[in-house]
Amino acid sequence: MNVSGKTCSGTLYIFLSGELDEYSAVRARSEADELIRTHAGCSRVVFDLSGVHFMDSAGIGFLLGRYKQLSRSRTPAFIRSPDLAADKILTMSGVYSLIPKI
Amino acid sequence: MNNSMYLKIPALSENEPFARDTVAAFCVRLNPSLDELSDVKTAVSEAVTNCIVHAYAGREGEIEISCEAEGDTVHIRISDSGKGIEDVVRAVEPFFTTLEEEERSGMGFTIMQTFMTSFRLQSAPGQGTTVYMSKKFSVQDAERARADAV
Repeated sequence: MNVSGKTCSGTLYIFLSGELDEYSAVRARSEADELIRTHAGCSRVVFDLSGVHFMDSAGIGFLLGRYKQLSRSRTPAFIRSPDLAADKILTMSGVYSLIPKI
Repeated sequence: MNNSMYLKIPALSENEPFARDTVAAFCVRLNPSLDELSDVKTAVSEAVTNCIVHAYAGREGEIEISCEAEGDTVHIRISDSGKGIEDVVRAVEPFFTTLEEEERSGMGFTIMQTFMTSFRLQSAPGQGTTVYMSKKFSVQDAERARADAV
């Protein structure tokens, strides 16, 4: 799992790639949190999942954890480009009602 | 005689990709679609995560995985010898988790139930947990066309 960040017009894009499971979520969490800390003034955060080719419920936990953290600073979060399998899990778990897909 | 396989691994989270990829490799000869294969991998990943996170809770232990192919269906059994589940009915409810402070979604069993054709859970406190799951694969178009041509 690789995590990288990029900012553009006040939006922090967090690009995730690889497999997001219980094993990889630990590192993904700390790296994403570091990016969020570094860009604390951003107006919104977009999680780009286009590089994620496997995700289980650890991915749901990861996204909801970041959402809770961002909501403390009232920073909206969004999800972009999940593959079909990730989209299925995110839809069934209702994640999009908190972190909309754009 | 049905084809089968048996895998025994230590309950280490780094073994999760190995476990789901091994089961997926076993399933490939049943000619699943990519979506169906993805469903199986996700369900196996959830079951193995439960063994590591809940059953053994970071302690040492072993996870046993067995698969059997029966026609176009794969039967998967994943078991541990960990602490077991006190309330099996509650455990399978969507969003129920005993580890809320750890960013758990409580969706593991719901995903197994939804993604697999059949699902059964057997557990008791102190007696470990066994998950039985089956997935019936739809015969792919190319395969069907080949069968029709014969």
